[in-house]
Amino acid sequence: MIELENVAYSYGYGGGALLSELSLKLSPGSFHFLTGPSGAGKTTFLKLCYGALRPTSGEVQIFGKDLRGMDRDDIAMARRRIGVVHQDCQFLDHLSVAENIALPLAVSGQEHLADGNLDELMAWVGLTERANALPAELSGGERQRAALARAVIMSPDVVLADEPTGNVDWEMSQRLLTLLVELNRMGKTIMIATHDLSLIRAAKAQVQARVLRISNKRLQLAGADL
Amino acid sequence: MKLPAFASLLAGDTNADRVVPPTGVSARLTLLVSGAMAFLAVFALALSLASGRLATRWGDELANGATLRISAPADQVAAQTQAALRVLDTTPGVGAARALSQDEQRALLEPWFGPDLPVEDLPIPQLIEIIESDGSFDPAGLRLRLAAEVPGAVLDDHARWRRPLVQAASRLKLLGLVSIGLITLATAAMITLAANAALSANAQVIAVLRLVGATDRYIARAFVRRFTLRALTGAAVGTALAMIAVALLPDAGETAGFLTGLSFVGPHWIWPLMVPLLAAIVAFVATRTAALRMLGGLS
Repeated sequence: MIELENVAYSYGYGGGALLSELSLKLSPGSFHFLTGPSGAGKTTFLKLCYGALRPTSGEVQIFGKDLRGMDRDDIAMARRRIGVVHQDCQFLDHLSVAENIALPLAVSGQEHLADGNLDELMAWVGLTERANALPAELSGGERQRAALARAVIMSPDVVLADEPTGNVDWEMSQRLLTLLVELNRMGKTIMIATHDLSLIRAAKAQVQARVLRISNKRLQLAGADL
Repeated sequence: MKLPAFASLLAGDTNADRVVPPTGVSARLTLLVSGAMAFLAVFALALSLASGRLATRWGDELANGATLRISAPADQVAAQTQAALRVLDTTPGVGAARALSQDEQRALLEPWFGPDLPVEDLPIPQLIEIIESDGSFDPAGLRLRLAAEVPGAVLDDHARWRRPLVQAASRLKLLGLVSIGLITLATAAMITLAANAALSANAQVIAVLRLVGATDRYIARAFVRRFTLRALTGAAVGTALAMIAVALLPDAGETAGFLTGLSFVGPHWIWPLMVPLLAAIVAFVATRTAALRMLGGLS
């Protein structure tokens, strides 16, 4: 799926390394948590995984292709197989919730697949009643669920979620976690970046998850205390 | 320019259209600029075509003719005129020659001296109109023969003043074409600026589209189609207004010459209809180039 081999990343010219010696292989159907303190580089790590950033050194393979050899069209095609959920969600504010969720289908010329699938997906995330609302009219939890629905509408192989429960209450975070666990049971590879340890503990009760921690610029397997 | 890309753009993509929110300032700017530039382009085109017609007309009308002027004492004018006509009759390349009547000479002087000028009482030279045959005559040789046989004859083959007039008209035509080129470049520059502004204002939209797997071509198409259609609309309005203005230019008949000739004649009316199409192509190329360059610069 996605493989990083001895990857390092630095911001700007001459900047110090934010991440170094990162190696990881995301296998099909696996469930990973990525944790670490704020500013440790969790978001940067996820961006390296979906090709939004290119490593300063090392090798990133996305679906068997070396990122160095991929142009922007190749990366766009790869992103259709990777669902991304950001903490701040990022919607097109002038489109309705349903149109935003169906956006990946529209940009890939598969809008005809929205018939039926979209209604089912909206019901799955509990947003059927909010289909015609604008993103600005949604609560934090609704926005996260809409972002998750948009991330999975193309039935991606991998879902990367960056602090998906950062702006929601405990009950909503459990609901979002349940949705992600369900996706994993459908065979999707999941990676969630979070500093919410209670979320990780709750997940480990439901699914076999691997917990990784970014510490001192490097990726480590987290201890059994989690 | 890629023709298939332009054709698919005209065919439309409602999804691509919808992903970019409607923008106010850049839309109005593009409409205004393309409309104003099309208006100016039509006038430049009219100027260029009129100048071209003028150059051709002056060249054609004056190239085939010459004038012989007999300046002699009144009692010798008739004899010298006859002598000159005899010389012209035997000159190779002269198709016809005839002495102008007093009425014709009066008509020539009328614009300056008014009607009823008593030309018969004035020491006005006798004019002889020479029409060249297919092979033009040798003016230098003719002048030598006239100098020997008709001392009061002065040959004017019109070349002396025809050349700068034709040259001036040709330059005007060129200036018109250069103006159209400059208008095209200015339009491209303005639309590029407007497109860049729109792209910058929609950085968030671009980020979201990239996140969900949109290619640069898809993102660019949304902006390109919008700007191309705006330019086409603005230019169509500007062209229509300019064509009406040209058609409504006052007709001062034969006397006004060049200024009233600033119009389109016959099939030349088709040319201004090309201006909106040109504006659309310019907008398409400018916006596509700007969009792909900006998207290429983004991570």
